[in-house]
Amino acid sequence: MAAPLIEVRNIIKHFGSVIALSGVSMKVSSGEVLCLLGDNGAGKSTLIKTLSGVHQPTTGDFEVEGRAVRFASPRQALDAGIATVFQDLAMIPLMSVTRNFFLGREPVTGMWPFTHIDMGFCDRVTREEMKKIGIDVRDPHQAVGTLSGGERQCIAIARAVYFGAKVLILDEPTSALGVAQTSMVLKYIDQVRKKGLGVIFITHNVRHAYAVGNTFTVLNRGKTLGTYAKSEIAMDELQNLMAGGKELATVSDELGGTV
Amino acid sequence: MTTPNPMQDERLQKASLVTVLMRRPELGAIAGLLVVVIFFAFTANPAMFSLSGIMTILNPAAQLGILAVAVALLMIGGEFDLSVGSLVAFTGLLLGVFLVPMGIPIALSIPLTLLAAAVLGAINGQLVIRTRLPSFIVTLAGFFIFRGLSLVGLKWATGGSTQLRGIREAGGDSFLVGLFSGNAFSGLFAWLASVGLIDKFPNGTPKVTGIPVSVIWFVAITALATWILLRTRVGNWIFAAGGDANAARNSGVPVDRVKTGLFMVTAMAAALVALLTVFDAGSTDARRGVQKEFEAIIAAVIGGCLLTGGYGSAIGAAIGAVIFGMVSIGLTYTSFDSDWFLVFLGGMLLVAVLFNNYVRKKVTGER
Repeated sequence: MAAPLIEVRNIIKHFGSVIALSGVSMKVSSGEVLCLLGDNGAGKSTLIKTLSGVHQPTTGDFEVEGRAVRFASPRQALDAGIATVFQDLAMIPLMSVTRNFFLGREPVTGMWPFTHIDMGFCDRVTREEMKKIGIDVRDPHQAVGTLSGGERQCIAIARAVYFGAKVLILDEPTSALGVAQTSMVLKYIDQVRKKGLGVIFITHNVRHAYAVGNTFTVLNRGKTLGTYAKSEIAMDELQNLMAGGKELATVSDELGGTV
Repeated sequence: MTTPNPMQDERLQKASLVTVLMRRPELGAIAGLLVVVIFFAFTANPAMFSLSGIMTILNPAAQLGILAVAVALLMIGGEFDLSVGSLVAFTGLLLGVFLVPMGIPIALSIPLTLLAAAVLGAINGQLVIRTRLPSFIVTLAGFFIFRGLSLVGLKWATGGSTQLRGIREAGGDSFLVGLFSGNAFSGLFAWLASVGLIDKFPNGTPKVTGIPVSVIWFVAITALATWILLRTRVGNWIFAAGGDANAARNSGVPVDRVKTGLFMVTAMAAALVALLTVFDAGSTDARRGVQKEFEAIIAAVIGGCLLTGGYGSAIGAAIGAVIFGMVSIGLTYTSFDSDWFLVFLGGMLLVAVLFNNYVRKKVTGER
């Protein structure tokens, strides 16, 4: 079997005296959706920021396709094919879809000093990509602010895929969305996985995770609680694990098993 | 039967003309310009719209416009610069000191002045970025510091006078002086007069001998800024930096460098205005550029810039500056007291801000 796209072992991250991660291990392979579950403060954010090059691990192994790496900046992670789509910071509402799509990686044409963005090409690509997602309003010049949350999230993912990401890190892409929007995003995640990308899907909604995930890694208090394939674990077990077990079970009993 | 165009998606909603127009940030400025022109067409002496009248309007409009376009870029990038007016005085003083007491040749003094402005702008930018304070406050400090330095420096350089003279003489007959003062296209205007297309004096010299060079600079800078904003990567980054600096950083935009660059451009625009006014008058004083920082911001806002950044236009700001020049000069062609200017200005600003907010909500679909 080929080496996993990303594998980390025993990652430890300290911020001064605060221990944010105290030994996390996880891996994601091509064509796999790994769901990273954990309650608030479990260390999900720190972990993905480490994977995407924002933070550097204090100690631990970090391998991309079997080679040890150490990213100094998000740019380096991006160049290695690790793209992160942040929850609400992915797009700039006042700018057009095209401008957002190519932001930071604008294709240029023309001779210096007349180098300029190849707007015709940008518009064409953006329109095609929007079509693939199935966004109904097809004017790539409209401001992103006019799109729904789900559409924005999908375009952000499409952008990462277009620019050659091998691993997608999605930070709670569904947490602020309604039901229809969520299914749109989940469907798109599945589509991306089928293309052979590895997806790391961060969420604290077990239902969403279970819908698209192949593997589940649960974090608690900066540690890996365990990693399970979909066949090994049921949804409510996952839910209990995520909340640290017994407390939620008690609350769940009190509320008549509805949590 | 029509052949299907591969570029055309049948589901592509044709955006209505109104929507397309509304997306142009300079729409408000154009509407404002129309209102102002119509107002003066009915109230002002027709001399206002003669060639010489228009040149009288354009000269101050151009100087303000150069600042306004730079300030508009900075505002789109999400920052303010309240120190531009004071920088006009300070860089003017630097130029004067380089030329007169220090006797540095003009070909060196001009680049030195621009370089000094760039450094001061970079300091402004770095202060804003490193302290993470609002640029409003940081540059308000600059507003006082540079004005104060201009006053102190002028007295020190002249031995107590409030004016530094002899700059034109120090410039000599270098062609560089002509780049920043006087009129351009005088040959063309002389020819136009000789064939009777424009008014001339009885002796044959045209009443308007050319276009003030400041207007040429103004038009060129507006065109360049517009091209950069709409067609280059840096332009995209400026919109992004002002629209949402975090999202821009996550997308790999060097936000801090873009912002520092914008502060440098603004300061250099102030230095250019200083060059234009100082060579025109042949002297410099510490009162130059007073209130220009506010006028530039007002022109930019009339031109469609949002105070919150991320949206606006260089052409809009240029039109805003023309409206400004038209009203400030135009009132003297009417029977109104020209002090109504300030009332008009405040009213215009208020209307522009309300209009811009409305447009932004339309554009982004905010509710």
